[in-house]
Amino acid sequence: MLNSKRLVLAHFWLAFVVFGLALLLGEWQMFVRSPLNPWISDSELYYRSVTAHGSAMGYVFPTLIAMGFGYAITEFALKKPLIGRRWAWAGLALVAVGAVTAMIPVSLGLASILYTFYPPMIANPFFYIGVVLVVVGSWIWVALMSINMAAWKRDNPGKPVPLAMFANVAGAYLWGWTAVGAAIEVIVLILPVALGFKTTIDAGLSRVFFSWTLHAIVYFWLMPTYIAYYTIFPRAIGGRLYSDAMARIAFILFVVVAMPIGVHHLFTDPQVGAGFKFIQSVFTAIVALPTLVTIFTICASAELAGRLRGGKGPFGWIAALPWDNPMMLAVTFSFVMLGFGGAGGLINMSYQLDASIHNTQWITGHFHLIFAGAIVIMYFAIAYDLWPHLTGRALDSVRLMKAQLWLWFVGMIVTTFPWHYVGILGMPRRMASYDYTNPAIAPQALSVSISVFGGLLLVISGCLFFAVLIRGHREAQTDPGEYRFSVAVHEPVRVPVALNGFALWLTLMIALTVINYGYPIAQLLALKGNAVPAVYVGAVR
Amino acid sequence: MSSERLFTWRNPWFAAGVGIIGAFVALSLIVGFVMLPYATTSSQFSSLWDAICSAAGVPRVTVNSEASKPGAITSNVVLNSQMFGAPDTRSVGRGATLAMQCAICHGSNRQGQVDTPNLEGQPAAAVYKQLRDFKTGARTNAVMGPFAVKLGEQDMLDLSAYYSYLPRQPGSYPNDAVAVSQIVARGAPMRNIPACSSCHGTTDAKLGTPWLDGQSAVYIKAQLQAFATGARRNDISEQMRNIARQMTTAEIEEAAHYYASRP
Repeated sequence: MLNSKRLVLAHFWLAFVVFGLALLLGEWQMFVRSPLNPWISDSELYYRSVTAHGSAMGYVFPTLIAMGFGYAITEFALKKPLIGRRWAWAGLALVAVGAVTAMIPVSLGLASILYTFYPPMIANPFFYIGVVLVVVGSWIWVALMSINMAAWKRDNPGKPVPLAMFANVAGAYLWGWTAVGAAIEVIVLILPVALGFKTTIDAGLSRVFFSWTLHAIVYFWLMPTYIAYYTIFPRAIGGRLYSDAMARIAFILFVVVAMPIGVHHLFTDPQVGAGFKFIQSVFTAIVALPTLVTIFTICASAELAGRLRGGKGPFGWIAALPWDNPMMLAVTFSFVMLGFGGAGGLINMSYQLDASIHNTQWITGHFHLIFAGAIVIMYFAIAYDLWPHLTGRALDSVRLMKAQLWLWFVGMIVTTFPWHYVGILGMPRRMASYDYTNPAIAPQALSVSISVFGGLLLVISGCLFFAVLIRGHREAQTDPGEYRFSVAVHEPVRVPVALNGFALWLTLMIALTVINYGYPIAQLLALKGNAVPAVYVGAVR
Repeated sequence: MSSERLFTWRNPWFAAGVGIIGAFVALSLIVGFVMLPYATTSSQFSSLWDAICSAAGVPRVTVNSEASKPGAITSNVVLNSQMFGAPDTRSVGRGATLAMQCAICHGSNRQGQVDTPNLEGQPAAAVYKQLRDFKTGARTNAVMGPFAVKLGEQDMLDLSAYYSYLPRQPGSYPNDAVAVSQIVARGAPMRNIPACSSCHGTTDAKLGTPWLDGQSAVYIKAQLQAFATGARRNDISEQMRNIARQMTTAEIEEAAHYYASRP
């Protein structure tokens, strides 16, 4: 029962079109800064491309996936039409208009500041206005998710909110609060400078506000993936979810601790005290917990499925798993990449280890492995799982799907492992060209070239992905049946109030934000004389 | 169940949630704000509060922070965009009188002299900075030094105003056939060389940098070589020395000829 098919489909298609374009830019960037290309004579083009790739992949693509998937979950899980469908279309329109508004100055070379903004560099105001529109559009989604859950709870007093919806709302609240940091940065600090009311900016304070958003945004990207782990994967492989309560606790932990930890992105920045860097490092370590809980629960769910399919002994259940099922493949690949990426993340969050890889290609490798690897491969799987219910046509190209997932996995490993390695060798990120004839960096040439071929595999995989979806649209109409989420081994009949809502956890999230960010922000606000002249990008001087 | 109260210590989820998070906060506050500051060997705190403030990032005055002294005289010129406004006619007039002693080497009618720059139409900030540096000894030259030593602050401002007031004269050897060289238009980013034109004209000009169009190739080459060898060292933060050191002889030649060919 899905009333908002066109709404969800519009979100997914817009997301994937943006993804496809940005994917091509990404591979072009890999190529031009590799030894396979002499050197890009106009490095501005490279930064223009990086800005477009990052803004599209970071702000537009995952936001649309989370929104579209969220609307689908609302109707599938609550089994009633979405409240506020018009608002949802308005939200989508805002995201689309915002994306176009931001991309025009980027393509004109007036906003080559990368997606992390980097004040005191200041871009054309329309770039920021576009980003703000995308965020405002997504806030409509946040509000709708909250309203839909509240309405369902009012109609079903005492009943446990379905896990998929609970997790979906957790993601929405996390994003709502996470986006506040960048919103303050853009609206209060950057836009007045971009519009010409001021010519100086407090770059340090801006970076602190951005760090508020920058880390937790990854957990927002991650939410659809985790929702798929818990509520789609066990059903897709013919098993049951090992524990409903553990799932709820994992999502709650994300809400509470995913946000007030962003200062670990500022370990080498002077404007935040070492004490606050330490406390946020501790909480970054804690955010590994919900992931460990998830890996345990999902592996246990897979074991249940394996044993239900007749697997015996300590390892026999693994062989008995449905390995020809695309969802099984996707989750396995996702876990492998999450494992390596997570291990890298533990290095990034350690103050001393971070010093050796901070701002090197290691970081770019890390977040591509986690986001473009572990997370995006599950976006593909979600699309494959939902598509028949959205289009009313079967997706029959199973071999193509498996080839696509394999290529994405192998491509991502081939891309990111050498990327990590050159980071350890000290290769800085965010540079358009490197002199590989220099003996000091000549050893990095081979690894960088290998990465380019990994990127090529990703482009091929991306093409296959579109082929699968487009072929799906051309199949004959069928009835896909009712959409089902996974059922827990012990289906929750009643859950404690704490695990059925977010009041307590949102309070804790805000309290932790005040503790971890309150003083550094207040201090920078109070200090005088830390504003620096703005550097207008692409301006005629 | 709906009657179950959440925000009370009797609710185990509330107690556990607040308790565990609170414990982690308390523990990391103690370690991060008390133990770790004292663990660093270089720190000297007057009190526990001092250590906590240091960890919180309160700006502190560090003791024994005497800056190391450079081995040679460096430029101490500070420029800002407000220093040189519209030229004041009296200043230009005084500058014109003072410039009589400069004209033999620095005018457009300088007799075939190729080892000096033509100053007519140069930005005031560029002329002022070089005069100041000659006066303080940050830039040395057997001829210019004795002239500059005698100049007062107002003299230097007047001379700058005068030269910037004069129209820039056409170059001696304009030649449209000389193509823009890579080093001028794009620099060599892989060797950390920015485009010459991004500061010295054509694309952009920066405060305090001279306009090179129409200057003598011999003079430009001599200055780049002086920067490369370190004989000239009045550039801020070694920016020209770093650039010139990375340039090849051919690039220096190209850049010099390109600018000399400009009208």
